[in-house]
Amino acid sequence: MTPPVLETRDLVKTFGGFTATDGVSLSIAKGARHALIGPNGAGKTTLVNLLTGFLTPTSGSVLLDGADVTGLAQHKRVARGLARTFQINRLFADLTVLESVALAVAEQMGVGRRFWRPIGRHGEVLDAAARLVEDLHLADVAHRRTRDLAYGKQRLIEIALALAARPRVLLLDEPAAGVPTSESRELFAALAALPADMTILLIEHDMDLVFRFADRISVLVSGAVLLEDTPEVVAGHPLVREVYLGEAHHV
Amino acid sequence: MTVVFDGIASGMLLFLIAVGLSVTLGLMNFVNLAHGAFAMFGGYVCVVASGRWGIPFLPAVVLAALATAALGALLERLLFRRLYGASQLDQVLFSIGLVFVAMAIARWGFGPAQQPIRLPAWLQGQVHLGGLDIGVYRAFLVGLGLAVAYGLHRAIGVTRFGARLRASVDKPDVARGMGIDVDRVFVVTFALGSGLAGLGGAVGVELLGLDPSFPLRYLVYFLIVVAVGGSGSIPGSLIAAILIGVCDVAGKYWMPQIGAFIIYTVMVVMLIVRPHGLLGRK
Amino acid sequence: MTPLTPTSSDRAGPAATVDLAPLRRAARPRALEFAFWLLPVAAWFLFPENLALLTQIAITAIFALSLDLVLGYAGIVTLGHAAFFGVGAYAAGMLSAKLGIGDPLLGLVFAAAVSALAGAITSPFVLRGTGLTRLMVTIGIGMMLFEAANKANDFTGGVDGLQGIEMTPLLGLWSFDLWGKTAYVYAVAVLFVVFLVARHVVGSPFGLSLRAIHMNAARMPALGVSVDARLTAAWIAAAAIAGIAGALLTQTTQFVSIDVLGFGRSAEILLILILGGAGRLYGALVGAIVFVTLHHLLADVDPEYWQLWIGLVLIGIVLFARNGLMGVVDPFERLLARKETKR
Repeated sequence: MTPPVLETRDLVKTFGGFTATDGVSLSIAKGARHALIGPNGAGKTTLVNLLTGFLTPTSGSVLLDGADVTGLAQHKRVARGLARTFQINRLFADLTVLESVALAVAEQMGVGRRFWRPIGRHGEVLDAAARLVEDLHLADVAHRRTRDLAYGKQRLIEIALALAARPRVLLLDEPAAGVPTSESRELFAALAALPADMTILLIEHDMDLVFRFADRISVLVSGAVLLEDTPEVVAGHPLVREVYLGEAHHV
Repeated sequence: MTVVFDGIASGMLLFLIAVGLSVTLGLMNFVNLAHGAFAMFGGYVCVVASGRWGIPFLPAVVLAALATAALGALLERLLFRRLYGASQLDQVLFSIGLVFVAMAIARWGFGPAQQPIRLPAWLQGQVHLGGLDIGVYRAFLVGLGLAVAYGLHRAIGVTRFGARLRASVDKPDVARGMGIDVDRVFVVTFALGSGLAGLGGAVGVELLGLDPSFPLRYLVYFLIVVAVGGSGSIPGSLIAAILIGVCDVAGKYWMPQIGAFIIYTVMVVMLIVRPHGLLGRK
Repeated sequence: MTPLTPTSSDRAGPAATVDLAPLRRAARPRALEFAFWLLPVAAWFLFPENLALLTQIAITAIFALSLDLVLGYAGIVTLGHAAFFGVGAYAAGMLSAKLGIGDPLLGLVFAAAVSALAGAITSPFVLRGTGLTRLMVTIGIGMMLFEAANKANDFTGGVDGLQGIEMTPLLGLWSFDLWGKTAYVYAVAVLFVVFLVARHVVGSPFGLSLRAIHMNAARMPALGVSVDARLTAAWIAAAAIAGIAGALLTQTTQFVSIDVLGFGRSAEILLILILGGAGRLYGALVGAIVFVTLHHLLADVDPEYWQLWIGLVLIGIVLFARNGLMGVVDPFERLLARKETKR
């Protein structure tokens, strides 16, 4: 078996006296569609923040391609192929869709520090950005400002920005949050079509989507991994039904 | 030692004026650079009341505080509240604009000259205490400062109003849902902050002087107190004000060639070491 | 819905349905811009008696452009920008007064370098904090420099100002004349060069990243950007430009007043930029033109009312016209853009 692309070892994060992440050891293989589920407050977003370097763990380590990246800054992890989307949109309100994506593409191509040639004359940046915009079905709104778009469209920009980094590992923090059901199916169709060798860690509340998308599921409760297995096993597990699914089905 | 006591006294005065800013800026998160204008208003009220109308000093000071609080409440209703959600830059620009207007009005009404204030006899002169020569007025300032610090600390830290205020600032929607009249809490708090500025401005005329350039001249000092003390912390403001008062007076006394340089250095170093201030909450 | 092509971003060739023309077009100068730059030429002929004032406008415009980079684009609120203006002014002054080097262009380069150095030294302190802390650090640094210049009497001339500055002819050809002709052409030429540089910078990927940091700094690390590194670069560049403005003032007036470092100058340039419209280069230029002209016309009449008006205008801008004077052209620009996309 190939070594895991993304791995955590006994990851612990405490805030004051509160333990948000409690000894999490995850191991995600290349090309996996790994879902992370758990009730509200289980520490899912905290875990993503630890993986991306937004937070520093109290103890334990994060490994990317077998290399310890625990102390590495966020932007350096992105350069190593780890990108993420945010649970709540973090976009650039006054930039157009194309500008936003071009910005992200320019950074991926390493031309983000260039201060002389106009962005409009960086043909390779514009072409790549335009392709991404097209692939995410944003072409018709490419020149509209982000703030003027519907939430569903904004969610697609959120994903486009992450994809612009050409990630090998993509962390999706509730990509469908706040998106109407009709649009969320489109969104997941888009995600399902991502390259097979891209490793994806998905946090999601909608169980239908999770069970269709994931080939591996970890259940997080109170900051600790309760269970990790295939969707079939997880769905049938009595503890999961009690802790999580029972609650989710009411929603 | 007298230098140290003078430093403490001028620190107390600084505290008296700046603590109002600690309330509006620190607790309400409003970057109110016009705070000095409220202090100046209090100063002019006090000067007019005691000088022209013949009201005794202490009642004149109280009147100054009340009048400034009323002005603060009025301006809060009319102008400030429209900028609560605005960016820091907008608040900075708006309040600087207010300072300019206040300075122009002051010069128009009172001319560019320093305003005199006559202290009552019982606040003049010096007393000898344990081998120290202590100015009576300075001792009065220290006492007043301590009283205000204690009172505010109780009022904001312990009472229900304090809890309501914190709730209103941190989560206005939640606070409204809990039945707190957020608008009222804000106007009362702003009036309190302005009133304190008026009080400080009134008792400060004797030491700081009073002329139309007052709001800009001391603005940086007020901001330093709040920034170094930690936004919204009353004890922090007290400690910072005394620290600055002592550094300032001692610096000017022993190292006149360096002068005010020392204050700004202290501030920048403090802010770099503790970006959230001495006792600030994150 | 068509599925996403698996290797989407590796696909070669341009996208079929996204029109790239608007982004490409943004880099090209527009007709109105050419018209704008005829203004300094026209002013030369129309107001030959007021060249000193016009020079002031050009210098102020350079200073405002510098602030626009950090405040309008990168979003760093500073009330201490005069620090770099002052450092540049003193650097150029001392180069001539103390070292006897009076070449204006050399002085400009020297001042820019010294100011850039000052920017490099101060940037970690400024960028460390946020919000009020950052604002206070900018004020504090400005005040420290003011007090330092004030106390270092022997070196700076203190409150009396730095004297004994003499300029050799520009490029060895044109000496600085009594009517300020050379000074005016020199200042406008420098302004034009600075503007061109600034125009390239804000339209580049780097400039785009500054705007993005302004809008949402928290997102940038997730795009692989070190926010501090970008802001440091912008801060140093702006410091150098402010230094150039300060040096121009020194060279054209042959005197350095301690006011170059004053808090008032920091507040005033902020006001000028906001008046014109922050976050757009022409906002800085228009703000400088309008402010300096009005100041000249009104302040002599009645300084009291000048202050009152400034205050009222500031309050009015914040409450009603957040985009400044250049905000007036927004509706027209949008109309124009719509026409162009339709075409």
